[in-house]
Amino acid sequence: MSHAETAIQCGSCASGCNTAHLAKLGIKTGNWDYVVALAGNPNTGKSTIFNALTGLNQHVGNWAGKTVTRAEGAFTLGGKKFKLVDLPGTYSLLSTSVDEEIARDFVLFGKPDVTVVVADATRLERNLNLVLQILEITDRAVVALNLIDEAGRNNIKVDERSLARDLGVPVVSMAARSGKGVDELLGAIEQVSSGEFQARPHRIKYTDDILENAIDTLATQLHGQFEDLPNARWVALRLLEGDESIINAVQTATLGTVRAANVFPPLVQLEAR
Amino acid sequence: MTNSEAILDNAARLRGEVGGNLHDRLTEAIYSDAGAIAGRAVSAGEQTGNLEQKFDRILTSRLWGFPLMILLLTGVFWLTIAGANIPSAMLGELLQGTVYNALHGVAAALNAPWWLSGFWIDGVYLATAWVVSVMLPPMAIFFPLFTLLEDLGYLPRVAFNLDRLFKRAGAHGKQALTMMMGYGCNAAGVVSTRIIDSPRERMIAIVTNNFAICNGRWGTLILIGAIFVGATAPPFMASFIAATSVVAIAILGVIFTLLVSAFLSKTWLKGEASSFSLELPPYRPPQIWQTLYKSIIDRTLIVLKRAVIMAAPAGAVIWLISNINIGEASIATHLISFLNPFGLLIGLNGVILLAYIVAIPANEIVIPTILMLTLNLSKSGLAQTGVMSGIDDDMQIQEVLTGMGGWTLLTGINLLLFSLLHNPCSTTIWTIWQETRSLKWTTISTILPVVLGIAVCLLTATAARLFF
Amino acid sequence: MTLNMLKAGRTATVKGIYSKDTERRRMVDLGILPGTLIENVMASPLGDPVAYRIRSAVIALRREQAELIEVEEEG
Repeated sequence: MSHAETAIQCGSCASGCNTAHLAKLGIKTGNWDYVVALAGNPNTGKSTIFNALTGLNQHVGNWAGKTVTRAEGAFTLGGKKFKLVDLPGTYSLLSTSVDEEIARDFVLFGKPDVTVVVADATRLERNLNLVLQILEITDRAVVALNLIDEAGRNNIKVDERSLARDLGVPVVSMAARSGKGVDELLGAIEQVSSGEFQARPHRIKYTDDILENAIDTLATQLHGQFEDLPNARWVALRLLEGDESIINAVQTATLGTVRAANVFPPLVQLEAR
Repeated sequence: MTNSEAILDNAARLRGEVGGNLHDRLTEAIYSDAGAIAGRAVSAGEQTGNLEQKFDRILTSRLWGFPLMILLLTGVFWLTIAGANIPSAMLGELLQGTVYNALHGVAAALNAPWWLSGFWIDGVYLATAWVVSVMLPPMAIFFPLFTLLEDLGYLPRVAFNLDRLFKRAGAHGKQALTMMMGYGCNAAGVVSTRIIDSPRERMIAIVTNNFAICNGRWGTLILIGAIFVGATAPPFMASFIAATSVVAIAILGVIFTLLVSAFLSKTWLKGEASSFSLELPPYRPPQIWQTLYKSIIDRTLIVLKRAVIMAAPAGAVIWLISNINIGEASIATHLISFLNPFGLLIGLNGVILLAYIVAIPANEIVIPTILMLTLNLSKSGLAQTGVMSGIDDDMQIQEVLTGMGGWTLLTGINLLLFSLLHNPCSTTIWTIWQETRSLKWTTISTILPVVLGIAVCLLTATAARLFF
Repeated sequence: MTLNMLKAGRTATVKGIYSKDTERRRMVDLGILPGTLIENVMASPLGDPVAYRIRSAVIALRREQAELIEVEEEG
């Protein structure tokens, strides 16, 4: 497959200090063939990959929390239009902070065609925590094993084939800052989006029968109430954990709706005090 | 009972059955799988030395942490001030000299009426030219340097060093990071407070973000620091002393951030600092050329563009209020004589106060506005024929301000202070409203810094009068 | 002992987490679980917070958080 025709197209500008234009970045999936979400731990080079794919200049800072909301860009590949959504960097999808909620809601309810999970090759175990959580939600994923050059300098070798076998999704070794692996990542995105690659994602096993039964009961019930729910089992688990935001979403029947990029809870509630 | 309620009821019942601490158990299951998978895929050889860790221990040590932080900041400003001098003078000569004269030459050849060439050349063009020659060189040096520090991974270390102080002020640990964003742009800083989960602490971070000096203000500080504070020192020390004065203002900003945060935590936004975790990422060698390119394109040009867009209409306004007379004097003269008594009382003057009103849309245009107003109003009559073109380097700017404007060292120092402590620009105010939807807090965020600025300036002015 | 008592440069194993609710989730999500190895990397200039190496990432925790993590120092 040749990626020579990979054209780079500027969809929207996410750099600079002008926040007003964030409002324009709604989810207009109608104009796109595929939507790709970009997730990963903080400081894994997510923004570098975003820039490499879209040609945008989102500023890359070496600290956690640089991307607070979703940034969106676009590229075309093999004649298809892809929208790329850069999610806030998070360690987990299970916690309660707002940036984690944004990332989680999009992977779960935004139904991206492909979710690229960026993992840091120098600290793989920690990064696999998020990768495995995302594989619980979706099987349309690609793992971008970034910072492979830094790992090499630290005498760390990662066997990408062993990893791909265990995870059941494509794994691409990258050094995004020098452009290494970008073509391979595009290839993997294309294969997963077109359905050419059939994933058999790793799933966490719960040996606990009581837990399995509880998940089944709730999942069935959830399906009855929210027809389009992509992953009722995952939602059921969160209810069993007592996840406040999911409980709230069920209560208000807003489960499954993705909030727009710029909608952030305003601070008026403080007024009431 | 609705379906939703039925689901939640069922969930609550089942939660009891599956037992507590499910989250712990699930996370343990995930990490244990992650460990097994990583174990199979990763083979780590001999770990190369702990150079990075040693470096980090020095950068954050009890003894060296704070001095190194201040030294690094001073170094950045010293390079900026020393480096910007010559290009600023050259740009000034070109834009306010050659091009300016050429434009007037063309206007004269076309027999343009005085008000037409005045409005366009002495108003719109000149304000724009000032912004470019005063702002561009320091920004083109400062932003790449700051971006290098950021890319290297130093900013989280600053937050790490300062966290104890923020905690004591009842503020969130991530507030230090939002402050870092504010050093670029306060509007961006206010948006970045979204990383703070607690509404109370987020509000504190929003209100105090203005104490982080933004892009639009660094230029003013660097210029005034150089021509008023730096000039008091012997020439070989001048750039260093000027840099020190800028750093002192930045540190004062941090002190005000902490004091105001502590005050809010004890009064309207009562509460204890909530916990947080901050990752200290590994140092990454910055990609020098890419950083240079990006910081010039992303930051310098964006800020300059905003400044130019704001400068052109401001230039027009300045020219109009300087040339439309009501009674004996121009509108500008009336306004300035109205503001002067109060301005002088707090160690500033009417021109500076008017400039800060004109510059509400963008802090970037404060200095050009001050210069144009001073020149236009000086009784020397130079302004009418546009001899401003003669001013093309820092010393001449100082001559205009001291000679025509009657500025003293106190005026310079108080302008530095007022530059730190005044209302946020209109974009930031709008952003605060967008983020909080609270009229009360938007107003407090806007008014509080000005009140503090007036109080501090009054204090230094009174001290100066008593002791000198 | 609790994590805040661990000296710089020393490593300990997590025995238990006393924090509750959101805070507990946050600690657990960082990978602080029974059996996890934690190293005290360095303290900040004012003594608090302290940076710990937790599953190969260096993460700063405030004293109040470290006090709620029970550890046993490695020999």
